[in-house]
Amino acid sequence: MKLSFSAEDEAFRAEIAAWMRDNLTGEFAKLKNRGGPGDEHAFFEERRAFERHMGKAGWTGVGWPKAVGGRGAPLSHQVIFFEEYARAGGPGRVGHIGEGLAGPTIIAFGTEDQKRRFLPGILSGDDLWCQGYSEPNAGSDLANVRTKARLVGDRWVIDGQKVWTSLAHVSDWCFVIARTEEGTSGHKGLSYLLVPMNQKGITVRPIQQMTGTSEFNEVFFDGAETAAENIVGQPGEGWKVAMGTLAFERGASTLGQQMAFRNQLDEIIAIAKANGRARDPMIRQRLADAWIGLQIMRANALRMLSKAEGPELPREAYVSKLYWATWHRDLGKLAMDVLGPEAEIAPGSPGTYDLTPLQQLFLFTRSDTIYAGTNEIQRNIIAERALGMPREARA
Amino acid sequence: MNFAFTEDQILIRDSARGWLGDFAPASHVRQVMATAEGYDRALWAEVAAMGWTGLIVPEDLGGSGLGFVELAILCEEMGRRLYPSPFEATVVLAANALLAVGTDRILDRIATGEITATLGAANATGKVTAVRNGDAYHLDGVLRHVPDGARADLILVAAELDGRTALFAVDGAAPGLTREGLASMDQTRRPAELRFEAAILPASSLVSADAGTALATALDRAAAMTAAHAVGAAEQCLEMTVEYTKGRVQFGRPVAGFQAVKHQCADMALAVETARSAAYWAACVADDMGHNGDGTELALAASGAKAWCSRAYFDCAATAIQLHGGVGFTWEYDVHLYFKNARAIEAVLGDPASHRERVAGLIGLDELAEAAQ
Repeated sequence: MKLSFSAEDEAFRAEIAAWMRDNLTGEFAKLKNRGGPGDEHAFFEERRAFERHMGKAGWTGVGWPKAVGGRGAPLSHQVIFFEEYARAGGPGRVGHIGEGLAGPTIIAFGTEDQKRRFLPGILSGDDLWCQGYSEPNAGSDLANVRTKARLVGDRWVIDGQKVWTSLAHVSDWCFVIARTEEGTSGHKGLSYLLVPMNQKGITVRPIQQMTGTSEFNEVFFDGAETAAENIVGQPGEGWKVAMGTLAFERGASTLGQQMAFRNQLDEIIAIAKANGRARDPMIRQRLADAWIGLQIMRANALRMLSKAEGPELPREAYVSKLYWATWHRDLGKLAMDVLGPEAEIAPGSPGTYDLTPLQQLFLFTRSDTIYAGTNEIQRNIIAERALGMPREARA
Repeated sequence: MNFAFTEDQILIRDSARGWLGDFAPASHVRQVMATAEGYDRALWAEVAAMGWTGLIVPEDLGGSGLGFVELAILCEEMGRRLYPSPFEATVVLAANALLAVGTDRILDRIATGEITATLGAANATGKVTAVRNGDAYHLDGVLRHVPDGARADLILVAAELDGRTALFAVDGAAPGLTREGLASMDQTRRPAELRFEAAILPASSLVSADAGTALATALDRAAAMTAAHAVGAAEQCLEMTVEYTKGRVQFGRPVAGFQAVKHQCADMALAVETARSAAYWAACVADDMGHNGDGTELALAASGAKAWCSRAYFDCAATAIQLHGGVGFTWEYDVHLYFKNARAIEAVLGDPASHRERVAGLIGLDELAEAAQ
C-alpha cells in the first residue's frame, strides 16, 4: 500500500500540467473553471472546440484501451490526468458522458462493428452523448421503464419519454433503455439502444431548475428510429448493460470531480479569511471538517480504484456516491454561512436572476443527493448489497 | 501509487484476525478486564513470539523492520477485538517514540518482549521538569492519563530540561516515582497517574535532550494508529448490529428488513469505510515521511484521521446500542464494551474538535486577509 506517486508518474503529471498550461490559452483562456455543474451552458461551442482540441492531442479516452484508440494509461496516470485537468481549471467536459459512460459500455458489451462505428467520434469530440434512463415514473424505481421500442423491419421504433437528461439538447446520440418485450415488467424485457438525437421523432424540452438555469431536459420519443444493429447486448439484456454503465460512474474521473470540489473549498476558505469568518470557532471546525472530508474522499476513491477487479464490488465503492453527494451538499451550505448576509446578493439588477458560482453551488448541490440514485436508494443498496440485509418489498 | 494492501500485508491482516479471533474473543476481554493487571501475560508472550512487538523495530535490532501501514493493520485487528494488552503503550507509543528520536536503545528489548513500556508526553496531561544535578537528573511533576503507566516496565517521560523537551527512560521502580493505576470506565484500558517527587535518575536515562520535534512526529503516528484501532472496532460494531438485527424478529419479520434500521446500518458502513480510507491515508503518510522530514503533511493526515475515525467509531458504537434495543443496554451483550472504548478513543491523543482546530490552522485559517484584521 503506497499513496505516493513514482518519479515516472510525476513526469507524466508534468506533461499533462504543461499541456494544460500551454493550451488553455488564447481562444480557450476564458473557459477556465467554466462549464461545471450548474454552469453547463457557459461557452458551450467553445468547450466543444476544446474537446476536439483535446482529442487531436490524444487527451480523450485516457483510460481506454489502446486497441480502441485510447491512451491505455495505467490507473496512476488516469488519476493524475483528471486531477491535473481540474487543477488547471479545465472546463467542464462536454464529452464526459460519451467518454465515461457510453464508450466504456460499448467497449465492454458492444460488437466490433459498434466499436468501430461509435468510439472514434467520442475520442475526437465530434459526437456528444446523453443518457436516456430516468422517466417520469422510473426514477428511484429505474426498472419501471415504460418507453417502448419495437423492431419494424431493420429499424427500432421508439415511443415514450425520458427525463433529467443532461446535455440532451446538444447531444448527437443517446443511449436509451427501452422496453422491447411487450407484457414484461421490471428488469426483464428491456434493451439498451443507441439512438441518434437529430431526428424528427425526438423532441427535447429543457427543464428550468431552481437555479434558474436548465442543465436537464425532458426528451420525448414519438416514433423515433434507430437502426436494428444499434443495440448493445441482446434484446432483453438492457438492464444488465445499463447497470454496467452505472458501474463506470465510479471511474478515475471522480478524482477530477474532487479536484473541482477542492477549487470550490479553496474559494470558500479564501472568503472566510477575507471577511474574518475564519476567526469563528464553529466556522473553523466546519471548514476543517470539509477539508478532511475531501482528503478522505480522495483516499476512498484511490482505495476503490486500486483494488484488483474482483467479482465483488468493495464496500468503499458502495458508499462513494452517498458520501460525495452529502459532502458536496454540505459544502454548498457552508459557502452560504461563510458569506453571511452577502450570500444573498446576486449580480445583476433586481428582476434578473443571474447567480454567483457559490450561489449556484448552494442550490445545485441539492440535486447531488437526488440524481444518480438518491441518498435513500444509496442507503438501501449499501444495506442490501454490501451488508446483506433483507431487500425492500416490491409490489 | 497503489492504495491497496500487498500480498504480505493481506497475510499479516488475515493471520492477525485469525489469531485474535481465536485467542482474544469477547470472553477473554471480559475475563482480563476484571483483573487488576488487565491483560494475560501468557498471551502477551505469544504476541511477542509472533514478532508483533518488534514489527516496526529495525531488523538489526531484532525486529521485522516493517512500517506504519503494517502496524495500522495490527491496530485495526486488535481494535476489532478490543484486545486488552500493553501493545498500544509499548509499540504504538514507546517503540514509535524511540524510532522517532533516532535511538537504538531499548528497542531490542521491546522487540523480544522482554519489557513492556509506555510514553508520558503530550499524550498525558500534566508536566514534568528535569534538572541536571552532577551525574544525575532530578525529575518533578505529575502526569495523568499515561496509558499502562502503572504496569509498564519502563516509562519514557518527556520532561522540560533547559527550556527544551527532553526524553528520559525511567525504570518503573525508580526512587521518587509513585505510580497509581486508575480505574476507568472503559475497562480495557489502564490509565495511570505518575508522580515524580525529586525522582533521581542516572545520567544514562537521558534518551534525547531535544526530543520535541521527534515526539510530535511520534504522537502524530500514534494518532494515525489509534485511528486504525477505531476502524476495526467500528466495523465490529457494524457487524454485530447487522447480525443481531437479522436475527431479531418483531412484527413477524427480522428488524433488519426495516428501512429505519437498514439506513442506520448503511450510515455505519459509510462511517466505517471512510474511516478506513482516512486511517490508511495517515498510515501511508507516516511511512512516506520516514522518521523525520517536514511534519505538516503528517500532521494534517494524522489529525484528519484521528478526528474522523474516532467520531466515526463513537457514532457506530452509539448506533449499535440503539439498534440492539434493550439488550444493547445490558452488561451481557458486548456492545457496551465498544461504546465505552469509543469514548475513550475519542479522548486519547486529542479529541476530534482539537484535531479539527489544528487542521484549521494548518490549512491557513489563521492567516486572515488584511481587510479582516
